[in-house]
Amino acid sequence: MNESTKILTRDLNLHYGEKHALRHIDLEIQRNHVTALIGPSGCGKSTFLRCLNRMNDLIESAKVTGTVEVDGTNIYAKDIDPVLLRRKVGMIFQKSNPFPKSIFENVAYGPRVHGIKDKKRLEEIVEKSLRGAALWEEVKDDLAKSGLALSGGQQQRLCIARAIAVDPEVLLMDEPASALDPIATAKIEELIWQLKESFTIVIVTHSMHQASRVSDTTAFFYMGEMVEVGPTQKIFTSPAQKRTEDYITGRFG
Amino acid sequence: MNIPKKWVGRGVALVTGGSAIATVVLVLVVIGIIVHGGAGHLSKEFILGSPEQGMTEGGIFPAIMGTFFLVMLMSLAGVPIGTITAIFLNEYVGQQSKIGRAIRFAVNTLAGIPAIVFGLFGLGFFINFVGGGADRVLYGGALHWAQPNILWASLTMALLTLPVVIVSVEEAIKTVPRDLREGSLALGATRLETIWKVVLPQSMTGILTGAILAISRGAGEVAPILFTGAAYFLPNLPDGLTDQFMELGYHIYIMSTQSVDVEATKPIQFATTLVLLILTFTLNFAAIFLRWHLRRRALR
Repeated sequence: MNESTKILTRDLNLHYGEKHALRHIDLEIQRNHVTALIGPSGCGKSTFLRCLNRMNDLIESAKVTGTVEVDGTNIYAKDIDPVLLRRKVGMIFQKSNPFPKSIFENVAYGPRVHGIKDKKRLEEIVEKSLRGAALWEEVKDDLAKSGLALSGGQQQRLCIARAIAVDPEVLLMDEPASALDPIATAKIEELIWQLKESFTIVIVTHSMHQASRVSDTTAFFYMGEMVEVGPTQKIFTSPAQKRTEDYITGRFG
Repeated sequence: MNIPKKWVGRGVALVTGGSAIATVVLVLVVIGIIVHGGAGHLSKEFILGSPEQGMTEGGIFPAIMGTFFLVMLMSLAGVPIGTITAIFLNEYVGQQSKIGRAIRFAVNTLAGIPAIVFGLFGLGFFINFVGGGADRVLYGGALHWAQPNILWASLTMALLTLPVVIVSVEEAIKTVPRDLREGSLALGATRLETIWKVVLPQSMTGILTGAILAISRGAGEVAPILFTGAAYFLPNLPDGLTDQFMELGYHIYIMSTQSVDVEATKPIQFATTLVLLILTFTLNFAAIFLRWHLRRRALR
C-alpha cells in the first residue's frame, strides 16, 4: 500500500444469513479520486459501499469478514467505534433524505451532534458547507425554510452539504442522482468534480455514462464479485474481461 | 333444496346489511336515551357544583376534577414508560428477536387482562406491598401510604392503559422513514442521538395520540379504581397524593347502586353519563384526528 491509497479492502466477504453477497473483494481506492462502482442490480455494489462506513452493522443478518483499511487502519477491528468512523467517512443516499427541519438545521445537525454549540461557528460551517455543495446562492435568503420544501436536486445537494459539514475525508455516494432529472443530475456530476479536490469519493451508479463522466477509476461488480477494476477510460474502451465488455456494451444488465 | 343463487345473494345482503344497521341503531338509541335523560339537567351549576342532599341534588364538579387529576397523574406515569418501551421494541431489539417477541407477548397479555384484575393487583401490590412497606420503613407502621389514594389509583390505571400507549407510539415510530435514521447515523450520530433528535420529534403526534387514547380509556374505567382510590363522596378536592378522589364513572356506579332515592338521582345519573360520554368522545375524536394527520404524513 502506498501514500495515495485511501481505502484498501482485503478479502472482504459479506453474508446476509445464508446468502454470500460479497465475495473476496480486494480493492484499492485512491485518495482524491472518484471511484465508480458499476454493475447490474443486486451485484453487491451498494452492499460494498455500505461496508466502507459500517452501515451494514445496522442489518442484523449481515456478517462481514476480511478487512477494510482506511488510512491503514482496519475499520472492522474490535476497538473501532463505527460512530467515529462515520464522521470520517460520510454518505449520500440514493433517495435524498433531508430531515424535516430547516435548511440551516439540516446542515448544522452533524456539527451539533459533535458538540459545536457556538452560533457563529455553526453559521460559518453552514455557509461553507452550502457553498461546497453549490447550494448557497439558491438558499442563502431562506435558510429557515424547511429542507423538504426544496426541489429534488436541491434536496440532494442539501444532503451533500449536510455530509460535508462534519468535515469527512471520504464521501460515499449511493446512486446520488438516480431519482433526479437530467439538469439536476448534471449539477450533481459537476459538483462531484469539484468535491474530489477535498474528498475521496466512491460512487455507486447505475448509469454507465455517469461513471464514465465523473470517475477516474471504475470497478465492475457482478454477482457479488469484483470482476475488474481499472482507469475509467480503459474499462470503457478496452476492458480485459468478457463480462465487463458485455455489461458496458449493454448486452445484459 | 335448490335455492336460486340470486336469492342467496339477496339473503346475505339482507342479513349483513341488517346487522350493520342494527349496530348503528343501537349506538343511536343508547346516545339518544342518555341525551334525552340528561341534557335537560346540564347547567353551569351542575358542572361547577358539588353533590348535595345525598347526591339527589347539586352537581358533579369534584368528580370531574377527580377524573382530571386521575388521568393526568396516570399519563405522567404511563406515557413515558410506554414511549420508552415502544422505542426499545423498535430501535433496540429486532422484530423477530426472542426478547422483542417476549415483550410484545407481555404487552398483548396485559391488554387482555380484565380491568377488575388490575384493581385487585393495585390493591395487593401498590397499597399493601408498596404502601405498606413504605409505612413500615418511613412511619413505623402508622397508616399513611397503605390505603387507597389518588397516586395508587393513577398508577393502577397507568398499567391498564400502558398497552394503548405502547401500540400508538410504536405505530408512530414505524412511520419515521429508515432513510432519516440512516441519514443521522451516517453523520456520526449515535443511536441515542438519532432517537432523540430525529425519531422522537417525528413521533410526537403518535405519542400525543397514545396519551389521548389512554386518557379516554382511563376516564371510562371504574374497576381499577374501585379499591385503589375512588371515594363515594368527598367534600373537598384532593390536595395531595395520599388523598382519595371522586371520579365520574365511579360516581355513576355509586348513584345507580347506592342511591337513597332512585327517582331523584335519575336525572343526575343521566347528566353525569352524558358528561362522561362527551369527554371520552371528544378525546377519541382528537385521537382519530391526530392519527389521520400522522397517516397523511406517512404517505407523503
